[in-house]
Amino acid sequence: MSHTEDVPFGMPYRRETRYDPPAGLLQLQEQPLRRIRYYPDGVEGWLATGHALSRRILADPRFVTGERFVHSPTELPHVFVSISEQVPPGFFLFFDPPEHTRLRRKVTGVFTVKRMKELEPRVAAIVDERIAALKAAGPGADLVREFALPVPALVICEMLGVPYADRDAFQRNSADMLDLARSVEDRNKSMAELFGYLMQLVPAKRADPGDDLLSVLAADPELHDVETAGVGLILLVAGHETTANMLALGTFALLEHPGQLARLHDDPALWPAAVEELLRYLTVAHNGVMRIVKEDAEIDGRHFRAGEHVTVALQAANRDPGKYERPGDLDVERDAQGHMAFGHGLHQCVGQQLARVEMRIGFAKLFEAVPDLRLAVPPEEIPMRSDMAVYGVHTLPVEW
Amino acid sequence: MRIAVDREACTSAGMCALTDPARFDQDEDDGRVVLLEAEARDGDPDATAAAELCPSGAVTLHW
Ligand code: HEM
Repeated sequence: MSHTEDVPFGMPYRRETRYDPPAGLLQLQEQPLRRIRYYPDGVEGWLATGHALSRRILADPRFVTGERFVHSPTELPHVFVSISEQVPPGFFLFFDPPEHTRLRRKVTGVFTVKRMKELEPRVAAIVDERIAALKAAGPGADLVREFALPVPALVICEMLGVPYADRDAFQRNSADMLDLARSVEDRNKSMAELFGYLMQLVPAKRADPGDDLLSVLAADPELHDVETAGVGLILLVAGHETTANMLALGTFALLEHPGQLARLHDDPALWPAAVEELLRYLTVAHNGVMRIVKEDAEIDGRHFRAGEHVTVALQAANRDPGKYERPGDLDVERDAQGHMAFGHGLHQCVGQQLARVEMRIGFAKLFEAVPDLRLAVPPEEIPMRSDMAVYGVHTLPVEW
Repeated sequence: MRIAVDREACTSAGMCALTDPARFDQDEDDGRVVLLEAEARDGDPDATAAAELCPSGAVTLHW
């Protein structure tokens, strides 16, 4: 009981390299489930870095999100801590069953594998338009601004029925709410602004419905307008930041691994597997996901006490040598299935099948249409999103 | 082996329909699992992967 000094402070999150989680974090995998002290006050909690244990925790209903997160595994407050301070109604990542189930099932029908298959031609058309815009902006351009950000933003706007013309405000607000370098208060101000924007959109959708998800939800008698706004908020934020960063960081990683890119060039049928491998290798949700112990639990002989905080380091689980051979290698031909880039358990990503379609079509078309795509600056000069909840690049200057 | 699905446990992630579309589909309304074919050869790789990849334990295999 008096081992407090042996318990390390926090989860290492400052990277030494562009693509790898911090070496200090991977070293902790010797003990795939361990106690750490949380910021700011040194309270003890848990950190899972192993693949199997991470899966078990996230699949276990005793580990919940519907409680208030007050301790953070990192010096800069984790997004779970900032958002849980004032969870918007309907923001179902922070609800437990049965409320989570009720809200989540309102939207999962539009994200099925079949619906995403039907959406492919539309995604392809958007990707083509953005590639044309990228080329028109040339001879060199920022891939984030011209391609990686607009593609998922256009897709989610169209699905939700959010006017793309309003993107400046919502992209700024969602970036700000996920910016760890900002204070919790500032992040939550941005979230409140975005929520306010959606609150005025919901009655407008009811008055003048379109063929989109917000119109359907706005007309649903079982949903209050505040819930619809919160559901819209989580889809809008989660729906473009994550995919945008996968597209940009994935392009960067492939440009820096020309052998891998050449294999994809020779055999485009490898793209679906390559997307899974990029998800695993890059794990853009790079600060882990958090849970709170709802009731005392025992896993693997370790005793969890009600109220304790748990961080599941997806970025480490995806590099677990017990699950993947040579986990530090990007290998587009490996079977990366079972990776945890979209989480696991009840909260596993709602938009994953959409994200897969956007990445498969986005990467394949980009490298096909711009075969001589290359970085316009030395790789060390690319600004990495180290202090953002979603890892990636701030800009990616490319030429062709 | 036989496949069983638990629609109450299902969280509509779509991993089964993605992995083994011959045996699994999703409800049009809420994306929950719909079992098309409950029989599979022992050790069938697609059915085994579908069960393994299900995030909420809604797909199970029985012998
Ligand atoms: C490559 C892109 C993406 C990545 C890496 C990603 C990652 C994640 C992760 C790790 C979680 C689990 C969080 C947790 O368990 O605490 C999650 C949940 C979620 N994601 Fe994604 N996501 C991506 C794309 C999307 C898209 C395109 C959408 C929407 C259109 C979306 C909507 C959501 C929602 C609504 C949740 C909460 C689910 C729940 O609480 O039940 N995501 N995502």
